[in-house]
Amino acid sequence: MASDGANASVPVLAAERISKTFGEVQVLFSVDMDILPGEVHALVGENGAGKSTLIKTLSGFQPPTSGRILLDGEPVTLPANSAAEALGIILIHQEFNLAEHLTVTESLFLGREIARFGVLDRKAMRAEARRVLDMLGSRIDENALISSLAVADKQMVEIGKAISRDARVIFMDEPTAVLSREEAGILFDQVRKLKAKGTSFVFVSHKLDEVMEISDRVTVLRDGQWIKTAPTSLLDGEAIAQLMVGRELSSLYPAKHEPDVDEEVVLSVRNLTTGYVKDASFELRKGEVLGFSGLIGSGRSELMEAIAGLRPRLSGEVLLHGEHLPAGDFRETNRRGLAYMTKDRKGMGLLLDEGMTTNLTLQSLGQHVSHGYLDPASEAKAMARAKRRFDIRVRDDRVRVGRMSGGNQQKLLLAKVMETEPQIVIIDEPTRGIDVGTKQQIYHFIAALAREGRSIIVISSEMPEVIGLCTRVAVMREGHLVGILEGEEISEQMIMRYAAGLRRKAAG
Amino acid sequence: MSTNSEIEERAPRRRTWRDIDLRAVAPFAALILLLIVGALVNPNFIGLTNLANVATRSAFIAIIAVGATFVISSGDLDLSVGSMVAFVASLMILFMNSGAIADPSLMLVAAMVLAVVIGGACGLLNGLITTLGRIEPFIATLGTMGIYRGLTTWLSQGGAITLQSSELQSLYRPAYFGNVLGVPVPIVVILVVTAIAAFVLYRTRYGRHVVAVGSSREVARYSGIAVDRVRTIAFVIQGLCVAVAVLLYVPRLGSTSATTGILWELQAITAVVVGGTALKGGAGRVWGTICGAFILELVGNIMLLSNFISEYLIGAIQGSIIIIAMLVQRSLTRKS
Ligand SMILES: Nc1ncnc2c1ncn2[C@@H]1O[C@H](COP(=O)(O)OP(=O)(O)OP(=O)(O)O)[C@@H](O)[C@H]1O
Ligand SMILES: [Mg+2]
Repeated sequence: MASDGANASVPVLAAERISKTFGEVQVLFSVDMDILPGEVHALVGENGAGKSTLIKTLSGFQPPTSGRILLDGEPVTLPANSAAEALGIILIHQEFNLAEHLTVTESLFLGREIARFGVLDRKAMRAEARRVLDMLGSRIDENALISSLAVADKQMVEIGKAISRDARVIFMDEPTAVLSREEAGILFDQVRKLKAKGTSFVFVSHKLDEVMEISDRVTVLRDGQWIKTAPTSLLDGEAIAQLMVGRELSSLYPAKHEPDVDEEVVLSVRNLTTGYVKDASFELRKGEVLGFSGLIGSGRSELMEAIAGLRPRLSGEVLLHGEHLPAGDFRETNRRGLAYMTKDRKGMGLLLDEGMTTNLTLQSLGQHVSHGYLDPASEAKAMARAKRRFDIRVRDDRVRVGRMSGGNQQKLLLAKVMETEPQIVIIDEPTRGIDVGTKQQIYHFIAALAREGRSIIVISSEMPEVIGLCTRVAVMREGHLVGILEGEEISEQMIMRYAAGLRRKAAG
Repeated sequence: MSTNSEIEERAPRRRTWRDIDLRAVAPFAALILLLIVGALVNPNFIGLTNLANVATRSAFIAIIAVGATFVISSGDLDLSVGSMVAFVASLMILFMNSGAIADPSLMLVAAMVLAVVIGGACGLLNGLITTLGRIEPFIATLGTMGIYRGLTTWLSQGGAITLQSSELQSLYRPAYFGNVLGVPVPIVVILVVTAIAAFVLYRTRYGRHVVAVGSSREVARYSGIAVDRVRTIAFVIQGLCVAVAVLLYVPRLGSTSATTGILWELQAITAVVVGGTALKGGAGRVWGTICGAFILELVGNIMLLSNFISEYLIGAIQGSIIIIAMLVQRSLTRKS
């Protein structure tokens, strides 16, 4: 459907033999890519393949080291610092780029405020902001501060910002990584609408089903090299995955391992209530992988943070190995073997200005203290181990974490939490922004943890992940735990039915 | 994975000049530049005696700034240090004048311990007001700055507080004017304090926590770090450093007044920033701070030795230095 007339037309934007080097590290090697008017062009590749770098180059955020960029067939030097937006080239960053202290409206209109006689027309801007948000089916308050928003909502604001402009090309770097399927669906509707008007999109995603659904053409990068560009209709998810990793992938999910019914209950949560979550109760057994599903904003993270002691509890109790766990004491919770991995890796997970090792050992520094001081050799050993275990790939070991590719940041965060050797670990969105090859590794890693007798709670908005990985799945809806599914019941339709409020049962 | 080894091979392991952190090197480069300028202005300048004098005089600010490095690294700010010097020094001298202990040596030791305890307590108060009270450190320490200064003025009744016992005075004098193996005591104290501080900041768990808290409070909290405790301890360290500075200050003149330590907070913060520590928190650079303090004193010294700038302009020059340092810091951050 892309090709109706598109073949004949000149690409809006094209990369010609683009190379990019940071210091001494080459990240892109003579990459070609062209974006036709009115097409959705998917860009895929493993973590660290150079996708974000390529689109930052094409949108003027970073100049290429060599090679040319063509705008409407003419070579251009894109102006730096997002000034390319004036040319209709807009980038939605993988890493959020919103100023935390602005309101939603202010962010949407940053740099192109509506003014009347030199005075800001706040009312008009608020109304317009509301319209854009409504179009995206977003319920966030247009007057809310960005800092108060959840990650999914921040992403929606970014998207709103991009689509409310007169754009010719919109680059979206993993826009759906933090969105639920419903929200992604709304986004895709908007994409189709704008596409019909001639706007082009470059869409980076690790969710290959979305790539199949929305894109007209696919370009695959591997280790900074261009591998293939082909119409999506000639490919399938399997084929794309193989092009990405350069080898065949065996089954994505490991065999499930159900714990015995009389296995010890390691965690039991009774009638837990927080600000939003009401009366949640569930149990977790030794060696179990328990999934938590539900729409974004259904209270899953809030429940888990309350269990871990990162949020106050209003009532209810948490028993760890049969003993009471004090409320609001994350450190004590950690000491007793329960760890929580946040889904907000940039805001709460990692120190972006520091190196990898500082981040890795931050939560488990005690292990590296000898005679009262830190032992760098022991930390380095832990780092080498984590790199192997989680396949963390960087081209320069001393890189600041903020400069690592998104997927590798995620792996580092998981490694950091696992350094504390928890008996019970709550993982919030384990594979956010991770490529298929590594996803498989992480799934096998989780299964291996369970086999060792540890217990895992996986919160995930990717339904196949919960279904493929967990022996039981709890579903939350609007702050309530509406059901726990087991065995045959675990299916996409069933989970959706609970999540949408069509069914519920007493939590078991 | 197969591609992993390739990537590792591609990654250069050797260190090159590119790896040198410009921000860490900049203050030392500035120092060398100043020494050259100074030597051109006046040949006496570069002499060992003059430089030792400058280093000795920079001791108060240097030691206070070491404490400020902790506070600033952890993302806070302490404006009260100058008043705190005056306050701790007054109490110390008043205690020595009280004659509570007859034996002069014992008295001196007790007074020194008292100064350290009061300094720590003042820092603790600053820390608790900011963390428990949830007040911006800028405001909290602006408040205590007024309080410590006001209490000093009240204690001294607007005048000076002078150490009366000449016996104590002569006993205490070497603490500032003495030498250890030919090196002036203040310089030795700077080196010892800085070495301890560098060890704490770079090689202990607490130091790592300071950096984490300064880089991101939220990440620190989600990593199981007791954020408020780390911040409070940084203020206490600042208080202790102020006390050590007072221990050197009192034997120098044997007296304090309500105007002691005025604008020292500006100088301490300038030293920290010139030294390469980011004002927004994060990695602290203790040796850079010492370098910064030395630079400030050197600038004053050069102005004194040269005839073309009035030394009355020293405050203006120091003010300019902090602004220039910030600009340099920012341009270096952009480049890397
Ligand atoms: N400013 C920078 N300085 C140094 N290295 C960088 C910089 N930006 C990116 N890199 C490196 O370039 C490589 C490619 O990163 P990029 O973010 O483009 O990957 P990606 O394909 O988007 O991966 P992901 O799927 O994980 O987001 C990584 O190894 C990364 O560490
Ligand atoms: Mg990326």
